[in-house]
Amino acid sequence: MSPGTLSQVLRQVNHISKDNNLLVGLDSPDDACVYQLDQDTAIIQSVDYFTPIVDDPYLFGQIAAANSLSDIYAMGGKPITAMNIVGFPSCLSEDILVEILQGGADKVAEAGATLAGGHTIQDEEPKYGLSVTGVVKPEDLITNSDAQVGDSLVLTKPLGMGIMSTAIKGGLAKGNLDNPAIKAMTILNNQAIGPMREIGVNACTDITGFGLLGHAWELAKESNVEITIFSEQIPIFDEILDYAEMGLIPKGAYSNRQYLKENVEFEDQINEALVDILFDPQTSGGLLISVAEDKVADLLIGLYGQGVEEATVIGKVSGNQSKIRVATKKGEINEERRI
Amino acid sequence: MKTMKKIDAREMDCPQPVIETKNALQKNSDLTVLVDNQVAADNIAKLAKKLGCKVSRVEDGSDYKLILKKVLEENKEESTSEVEKVYFIKSDKLGTGSEELGEVLIKGFVNTLLEVEPLPAKIIFINSGVKLATLNYEIKRNLHKLEEEGVDILSCGTCLEYYELKDKLEVGRISNMYDIVDILNHADVVVV
Repeated sequence: MSPGTLSQVLRQVNHISKDNNLLVGLDSPDDACVYQLDQDTAIIQSVDYFTPIVDDPYLFGQIAAANSLSDIYAMGGKPITAMNIVGFPSCLSEDILVEILQGGADKVAEAGATLAGGHTIQDEEPKYGLSVTGVVKPEDLITNSDAQVGDSLVLTKPLGMGIMSTAIKGGLAKGNLDNPAIKAMTILNNQAIGPMREIGVNACTDITGFGLLGHAWELAKESNVEITIFSEQIPIFDEILDYAEMGLIPKGAYSNRQYLKENVEFEDQINEALVDILFDPQTSGGLLISVAEDKVADLLIGLYGQGVEEATVIGKVSGNQSKIRVATKKGEINEERRI
Repeated sequence: MKTMKKIDAREMDCPQPVIETKNALQKNSDLTVLVDNQVAADNIAKLAKKLGCKVSRVEDGSDYKLILKKVLEENKEESTSEVEKVYFIKSDKLGTGSEELGEVLIKGFVNTLLEVEPLPAKIIFINSGVKLATLNYEIKRNLHKLEEEGVDILSCGTCLEYYELKDKLEVGRISNMYDIVDILNHADVVVV
C-alpha cells in the first residue's frame, strides 16, 4: 500500500493501548514494534509478506525471509522465533510451496532463529513472508528517532531492487543468483549488527517499500532532523540506470514520489532516472545507519570486515528541521553551508 | 496514407505496456499506444525519450493515448532542436514598464506564436503566467489551437493553487517543478 494511503487509514483507527512498556509502536513509525518485558529485555516484533518477485520458489522463500528478518536487525536486535505466513493457490503443485518454505527455513536457520509455526490460506496468487520476534537489551535498541546533526549516513546495499524486479518481470533481466540485485536481496542484514553495536550508532532503519527517500524521510521526521543525500554517492546495481531510463519504473516509486514531494527538495539538476531510483521501492534492501562523523570510518572498516562491501556514505544529517535535501556532490553542500 | 500502428495496452500489468511498446518501436517509426493508468503512460514516455521518439500525450477519459514518432537519424539534429524549443512564460504581462502595455504585448506574443515556424515543443506557464492559460479567453483559444498542433502546454500546479485557478484550467496539463526543471534542463532553446 502506498505510504500516503496507509497513514490516512491508520489515522482513522483508534488505538487505545497506552501501555508504557511499549517502547516503539504506531505513534512512532519504525521498522518494528518494541515492547519491554523487564529491565534487561525487550522484544521486537515485525511482520512482512509479498507476492513472488522471481520464478524460482526456493529463491523467493529466501528473499521473503531475509526481508522479514531485516526489521529486527534494523532495531539492533537478534531474531529468536519466526512464523510463516502463506497464501497459496490450490491449482499450483505442493512441491512449489515446499521449495518456498525451504528457502524461508534456511534463511531463518542462517539467522540463528527458530521457525516455530505459521498460518496458510488459499489465495489467488502465492504470497509468503514471516512474522518475526527478536530480542534486544533496551540500552542496545536502535530506533530511527535519534539521528544527530552532523551524523554521517551509511547505506549498506545498492539501490534499484524494485526496478530490477520490473526488468525481470519484463524478461529483460535474469531472476537468479547471477543477478547481483537478486543475490543482495537474499543477504541477511545481520552482518551489520556487530560493527554497529561495537562502534555505537545513533539511528538505523532498513530500506524497503518506501524507497531510500521514504525511509530517510521517516528517519528525518522521527529524529526532527534535516537529511542531505548526495545523489552521486549512491551505490546502484549495474544496468539499473538504463532500465530506469527505459521506463521500467514500478508503481510504488511513483506513489512514494507523490507522497514525499512536499518533504524532499532537489538542490541541483539531477538526472531524472536517478530521481526515480531514489524513490524505487526496495525488497530486502540495506540498512541506513546514522553515525557520528568521527566514528564513520571505524564503522565502514567494521562493515567491510564483516563482508558488507557495498557500504557507502551517502549523506549527512545537515540540520534540525525535518526535511530531505538531495544534492549531487558532497562538496557543493559544504560550500553552500559555509556561505 | 499508411495507418499508424496501434497498441492497446490497457489492462496489461506493469511492465508489459513498456515491453510491448519497445518491441513495436523496433519495426515501426510511428506508433499509438493506449494505456489505462498514469504510471504506464509516464513509463512509456520515458522509454520513448530514451529511444529518441517525440511523444504527444492525450488524456482520453480515464485512458491515456500516447503518440510516438521516431525522429529519423539523418535529420535528428535539426528536428531535435525544433522539438526542444521551450517558451517559459513567468508573468501575465510581457516586459517591464506599463502594465497595460504588458498585457497587450503578451496577448500579441502568444497569438503570434501560431503564425511562426517552427512551433515550439512546449510552453510552460509559471507564477502569474498561469492566469493566461486560465482567465484570458482569447489566449486560451489560441493555446487550444497550439495544443492541437502538437504543442505541449504546461501550467505550474503550485501556481494554479496559489491563484485558486486550478478548476479554471481548460487547456494543457498541470505540471510540477520536477518536470518543469527537467524540461528546461533538456531544452536547447529556452525563451523567457
